[in-house]
Amino acid sequence: MSEPRVLVIGAGPAGVRAAEALVAGGISPVVVDESPRSGGQIYRQPPDGFKRPGKALYSFEAGRAQRLHQTFANLRNHMDYRPETLVWNVRDGVAHTARDGAHGEIPFDAVIIASGAHDRVAPFPGWTTPGVFTLGGAQVALKYQGCTIGRRVAFVGTGPLLTLVAWQYAKAGADVAAVIDSATLGDKVAALGALAKDPATLAKGIYYAAGLRARGIPLIHGAVPLEAIGDGRIKALRYQDGAGREQRVACDAVATGYGLVPETRLADIAGCRFAFHEPSRQWLPETDDDGRTAVTRVYLAGDGMGIAGANAAEARGALAAFAVLADLGRSVPMTTVAAHRRRLAATRRFAAALDTAFAYPAGLAATMADDTILCRCEAIRAGDLRHAANDLGAGELNRAKALIRLAMGRCQGRMCGAAAAEVLAAALHSPVEQVERLRGAAPAKPIAMTLAAKP
Amino acid sequence: MAGTPDGQFFRVAETDRKIVAITVDGVAVTALDGDTLATALLTHGHHLRQSEFGDGPRAGFCLMGACQDCWVSLGDGRRVRACTTLVVDGMAIHRGNDL
Repeated sequence: MSEPRVLVIGAGPAGVRAAEALVAGGISPVVVDESPRSGGQIYRQPPDGFKRPGKALYSFEAGRAQRLHQTFANLRNHMDYRPETLVWNVRDGVAHTARDGAHGEIPFDAVIIASGAHDRVAPFPGWTTPGVFTLGGAQVALKYQGCTIGRRVAFVGTGPLLTLVAWQYAKAGADVAAVIDSATLGDKVAALGALAKDPATLAKGIYYAAGLRARGIPLIHGAVPLEAIGDGRIKALRYQDGAGREQRVACDAVATGYGLVPETRLADIAGCRFAFHEPSRQWLPETDDDGRTAVTRVYLAGDGMGIAGANAAEARGALAAFAVLADLGRSVPMTTVAAHRRRLAATRRFAAALDTAFAYPAGLAATMADDTILCRCEAIRAGDLRHAANDLGAGELNRAKALIRLAMGRCQGRMCGAAAAEVLAAALHSPVEQVERLRGAAPAKPIAMTLAAKP
Repeated sequence: MAGTPDGQFFRVAETDRKIVAITVDGVAVTALDGDTLATALLTHGHHLRQSEFGDGPRAGFCLMGACQDCWVSLGDGRRVRACTTLVVDGMAIHRGNDL
């Protein structure tokens, strides 16, 4: 019998640990990754020729990052690694790829989709002005390019990334104008008990906040953005503070993000079922504890299944690989599986607490002004979506998409999706899960027509 | 520090790299080996492209290949994402409206 063909999509923490477990189980996987080097977003490696040590790039996570990179380097001769390659379709046991304008097809007996996550966005007036970037983007600029997104940066959003990236900027010498968090201190205190289940992570959050305060940087809670001001470039950020007063902070860049969204397009295209996850107000693909989906041959791993963080992603990557091995009739080390499951259970409780401490500002999104751009791809405004709901009979997101091209643009709803659901639900006076979810379709990301036309 | 006074991005580290010559809308500028097109352009200016929908300039947003708001044109006719494409010596980059 020929060796089973196993494909791993993504070379972040989940993909790398999946590949490692597959190789240990006697299978040489194909590993496809969009980036030129492994690590995913969190442990992203700079291009060749960059010299900062891991400690400068990954702070407390330097050890973990280094181990992950080393693990992947050690697998080099045991896998077929294809960097800078986009998987844009997964169907009937075949993955369709694009690399440098060339089409490829990878047949598989099993695929582990470890597609990661990106920032969850809450649009506000001026958010398309040059100089406004996501928190993750601000971090990429620093980690991957040694640049800050501006000289004086305002941070506005919520979630662990908010204080982390602000602290990294301050440490790198940038002027951090303010850190404006939509979560109230009360939200955070209420979640403290559960957050303390992961004392190391909790301690880091406290450390970053203390570091910012020590530098005299204002940390404002219960506050939301009103407008990024500037014509062609950012001059200031207007926001409403926790007491409801309007404030203004001068800056030349804004970093924003409200937690993370799992990247689920490929899971969707592959036919996975989804269920609404109330705590995070998101639709997540359904899997069993090890990442098996209801679709034969399709497994999920990492933050693409639902946000649980990098440590959980490593465990989920290994578990998905063990599930593949078991389903292929290979033996799996049950004590190792059990250890990963325990590790994962602990991170789940912590992730649930994060949903409480750093909730998506659904009300802010739902009440955005009619003339605020919601879809940045095609400059579709919140009022257009309300018009679709109230006058055109758009009872759910996909109908709205058909009517007004919301989420029809190049990003396919990645940036506007979370807020659009809130706007539509509010317009229809219905719970957000009733407006359903934006369905994914191939290609998962833009590709050249000439490429798609090839058989 | 190697950041021009008028750029959006500001270099705070890793400035000891080989200098690469490129053109932006026909104007010669320098970048550093290992820069993405986004970095090369935004250390000299404030935008990467114009919105096709008339609402002004854009400079990208997510910087990780998700938002698709940083597509630029190259002299050889290719269109690429500025945040995931590295500069090559001699590259001609266009930020124009001709999308």
